[in-house]
Amino acid sequence: MSNIYNELQKRILILDGAMGTMLQDYNFSEEDYRGERFKDYPTPLKGNNDLLSLTQPEAIAEIHHKYFEAGADIVETNTFSGTSIAMADYDMENLVYELNYESAKIAKGVADQFTIAEPHKPRFVAGSIGPTNKTASLSPDVNKPEYRAITFDELRIAYKLQVEALIDGGVDLLLVETIFDTLNAKAALFAIEEVKEERAIDIPIMVSGTITDASGRTLSGQTVEAFLTSISHIPLLSVGFNCALGADQLRPYLQRLSNETTFHTSAHPNAGLPNAFGEYDETPKQMTAFIEAYFKDNLINIIGGCCGTTPAHINSIFEVSKNYNPRQHKDQR
Amino acid sequence: MESDCQKYLTLSGLEPLVVTPESNFVNVGERTNVTGSRKFLRLIKEEKFEEALSVARDQVEGGAQIIDVNMDEGMLDGVHAMTTFLNLIASEPDISRVPIMIDSSKWEIIEAGLKVVQGKCVVNSISLKEGEHEFIRQAKLIKRYGAAVIVMAFDEIGQADTYQRRIDICKRSYDILVETVKFAPQDIIFDPNIFPVATGMDEHRKNALDFFQATKWIRTNLPYANVSGGVSNVSFSFRGNNIVREAINSAFLFHAIKNGMNIGIVNPTLLEIYDEIPKDLLECVEDVLFDRKDDATERLLDLAETLKGQKNNVEVAVLEWRNNSLQERITHGLVKGIDTFIVEDVEEARQLAQKPIEVIEGHLMIGMNVVGDLFGSGKMFLPQVVKSARVMKRAVAYLQPFIEAEKDGKVEYAGKILMATVKGDVHDIGKNIVSVVLGCNNYEIVDLGVMVPPEKIIETAIKEKVDIIGLSGLITPSLDEMVYVSKEMEKTNLTIPLMIGGATTSKAHAAVKIAPHYSNTVIHVNDASRAVTVVGDLLKKDNEQHLSELRASYDLFRANFLSRTKQKEYISIEEARAKKYIIKWDQTKIVKPKKLGIQVIRDFDITTLEEFIDWSPFFRSWDLHGKYPNILEDEIVGTQATELFRDAQELLQRIFSEKLLSAKAIFGLFPANTINEDDIEIYDESGNTLQTFLTLRQQLKKRAEVPNIALSDFIAPKSCGKTDYMGCFCVSTGFGTKALADDFEANNDDYNAIMIKALADRLAEAFAEYLHKEVRVNHWGYAADEDLSNTELIKESYKGIRPAPGYPACPDHLEKQTIWKLLEVKKQIGVELTESLAMWPAASVSGYYFGNPEAKYFGLGKITEDQLIDYSKRREISIEDARKWLNPNLTN
Repeated sequence: MSNIYNELQKRILILDGAMGTMLQDYNFSEEDYRGERFKDYPTPLKGNNDLLSLTQPEAIAEIHHKYFEAGADIVETNTFSGTSIAMADYDMENLVYELNYESAKIAKGVADQFTIAEPHKPRFVAGSIGPTNKTASLSPDVNKPEYRAITFDELRIAYKLQVEALIDGGVDLLLVETIFDTLNAKAALFAIEEVKEERAIDIPIMVSGTITDASGRTLSGQTVEAFLTSISHIPLLSVGFNCALGADQLRPYLQRLSNETTFHTSAHPNAGLPNAFGEYDETPKQMTAFIEAYFKDNLINIIGGCCGTTPAHINSIFEVSKNYNPRQHKDQR
Repeated sequence: MESDCQKYLTLSGLEPLVVTPESNFVNVGERTNVTGSRKFLRLIKEEKFEEALSVARDQVEGGAQIIDVNMDEGMLDGVHAMTTFLNLIASEPDISRVPIMIDSSKWEIIEAGLKVVQGKCVVNSISLKEGEHEFIRQAKLIKRYGAAVIVMAFDEIGQADTYQRRIDICKRSYDILVETVKFAPQDIIFDPNIFPVATGMDEHRKNALDFFQATKWIRTNLPYANVSGGVSNVSFSFRGNNIVREAINSAFLFHAIKNGMNIGIVNPTLLEIYDEIPKDLLECVEDVLFDRKDDATERLLDLAETLKGQKNNVEVAVLEWRNNSLQERITHGLVKGIDTFIVEDVEEARQLAQKPIEVIEGHLMIGMNVVGDLFGSGKMFLPQVVKSARVMKRAVAYLQPFIEAEKDGKVEYAGKILMATVKGDVHDIGKNIVSVVLGCNNYEIVDLGVMVPPEKIIETAIKEKVDIIGLSGLITPSLDEMVYVSKEMEKTNLTIPLMIGGATTSKAHAAVKIAPHYSNTVIHVNDASRAVTVVGDLLKKDNEQHLSELRASYDLFRANFLSRTKQKEYISIEEARAKKYIIKWDQTKIVKPKKLGIQVIRDFDITTLEEFIDWSPFFRSWDLHGKYPNILEDEIVGTQATELFRDAQELLQRIFSEKLLSAKAIFGLFPANTINEDDIEIYDESGNTLQTFLTLRQQLKKRAEVPNIALSDFIAPKSCGKTDYMGCFCVSTGFGTKALADDFEANNDDYNAIMIKALADRLAEAFAEYLHKEVRVNHWGYAADEDLSNTELIKESYKGIRPAPGYPACPDHLEKQTIWKLLEVKKQIGVELTESLAMWPAASVSGYYFGNPEAKYFGLGKITEDQLIDYSKRREISIEDARKWLNPNLTN
């Protein structure tokens, strides 16, 4: 697994695209989500995509397969909401370990098939760690600015369980992503460091924040540079941005990030901004054109897609990426 | 692969702060610090967070690049205050754009802060003081939370005060941080201790030079590390002479920056522009800073004398104000507290007046109104007001015979206030201060003194037709006594507003425990400065609306308080005992006291105690908040604190030279063993049981590895077969206080009447500290080689503890009765216990001695019903009695 550093020297690595967009094509019903095992579960389960790793594992494996086929070097586990905090919406806190463990196994199994078939292009699995649905540095109640719906310690404990399960399931790296609130991310990084120390292991970590709008800041108000400063206390494989914006809108922030950091950089933007129906309609060709500009400007080491992206987008990006070298930060140039 | 561009200290709030060689000097805002700003402390205590935030905002707008937040104050729940305030800052983008410096001497407060800030903070501070193990543990966590750190040049031996010690400790800290902890070197900020110069003591001559050189050495030899410091301390010995202070601060800062200091706390109002320091002064100052001449300090002192321009002006002004108009002179005398000319001025006024009473109602009241306005707007402080009152009283006393001769003069007061310290309590400093302040605002005070039973309070209130009843008390049983008085007032159908004050009282107690029992106004007044406003509002005409709003605000406060109170979890007393603090007795060396039994000290040389005095609480009793000696140079109260301190020193020297107070003490050291987990049996030398001390055990649910402590854990259990030892004591410096205070009062000198009591309290504490040291080093002798400074004593750096019944580790006041029986305290030295178990004279301290090096101070916290029942059986009293005594510590 450590050879991801070698691969990063050789080429721009490709991350997969959206899981949710792909799942929509399966049109799973409430019954499909439940499967045999949860058919009598008291809460509605449709929409709990992470649960599909247990009830529809073949579909999840198939999606990973499609992304690897499209050229991805790294796929993300189907665990974006795999913390006890996010799973509380479905009363499924007790399933957190199993969900993450099984999701990691599924992705790892598919990755291994590809690596065996194409040893010159080893494939990797990134354990996806989402932001949860609560924020540690913002109050949900405007009348009580000192109130917090979640504490650092609650987040740390929840993240720790997810991290342990992902590692037990065999992921090659961890991806703390879609960071709205840097304090949540710091709790996740704290938990990862605890696990690393307790198990005396090392595992590469990718961190990916979210710039929410044209203000150029995270939801919790930090600028690109402040965000970078706040998460750089841990040695990271990469730092980058994903979600909320399309590749075009993200570019200036990626430029600033690339200027400031000696870590590798990553991006997995959305397929443009949502249209009037809330759909992402940027075509593979359009998106690739924007991303090619990243390559030309020496901005990126790892590139993929977020909401609205498909294997077609990833394949198009992959094909163009072959013509470019990976980013070298300013002290390597 | 890390490059140099990443080797600058980089911090963040919502925006980044990069400390590069070009940034010259990063200034840290320090006003959001409860130990340095009285105003900020008050705002936090009163939960006026909006205003507290505006203090932070002003700092940022004024150019602070980092803001330091400190909540280290005994009466505050530091973890809660830090968490709440930082959460509030997070919702103010104009403040949270800058990085936060989390400042505390308590690790749990630092950690609480680290858990609520998204940006990269600075922790202020850690050091090797507690040894490498703790240092590494804290540094590792700080790294994991993603913060930078200030490291004090402090190790197991103490604070670094030479060049060599500074660089040795910094180097050692650096190596541990960089090599063992893998801390990023650019995230380390050293504070190599700025100490005062020109103190006249030879060992301080190199204080500035050592700092410069150590700074330079650090910046040269410890790659990427930063240096910080608090600048104004360097000129401490010139407080009062701002010209010289500003010159020293500015020259010091100039050279410190040149030598590499790149972060620091500077008070901009105490800074002259370096280039504008007069050449001769600058030369003298730099001679001192660099220790360039043997007589540098003398020469600076000489020069400083000639530069005391302001001082000379003051002396000239003293005479000048005598040329003003009569009213101006009287007002001036009152405002400045000068009584030299008051009789002369009042006599002049009397001759001009139709009736002598007009002098009081006219000239004197005009002057006192000025005092009241200045006090109300925060431009005068309590000790000054008490001095004004002394002048007022002298003036009134002079006029009294003339008024009586006229027979028709009767002073019109603004209202009549009854003041009393409740039954069982003897503490009256606060009550007397409030009385004086109200007295100067033209209220008539009916002062019933101390230990006043409820019947007398109610009877007097009715007979004297008072407008307000004010109750005061200090010890915890007084809280219940106040509740009792309020119930009796209700029964008697009184409608007089009830005003509550005293150190242990709180708005929470008044709202939750008292207000429900009394259907009229109940109001808590937490300091004397608010008393005037509160009383004024209570007595305004047609103020029904104000009163009903007040009542409603207390009801709301109570409702909020009850709903806000965190539901804490408790474990049963059995579970708590199973989690007791474990000392490995088979491996513990127990030191047998050199001499067992009781010893009495009757003729003690009280002057010995001077160096043991902890002055900070003294200032607090005068409503001046801050730590001694820093308070003497505090921006806001510094001048007043210095003046108060001078007056205190004067009276203290009188106490010493005229032997005004006598000090007595008794202590005993005995064989002892813990039995049944929580009780300690005290034996004579033949092993007969003399008394049994009952201790109480913490029941708050804690993490598995954190013990639930009782004091009995620090004494070997009988079952282990080893004999252990413990002691107890009582000291008093209060004999003579009352007579002196009465004399001062008779002489219309409330200022010194209050002063003598405040000093006696300090001397009693100093005596307890002194005696504890004697016991450790000589009588018991377990710490025969101890050598601690007074500062270290105040910080409780010694081995073993001396907890006092009625205080957090052992809140059970009934234990004092056991000490009294065991030592025959009353018979031997005459200190008595009141029915609420307060000691009389008030300036007394009693407690236990525990010698085990693992013994430590702790707070009992709340206990639950099962321990209460168990305790009542052990104490052989009814559950109701037990409940009464332990009430403040019972859950719900």
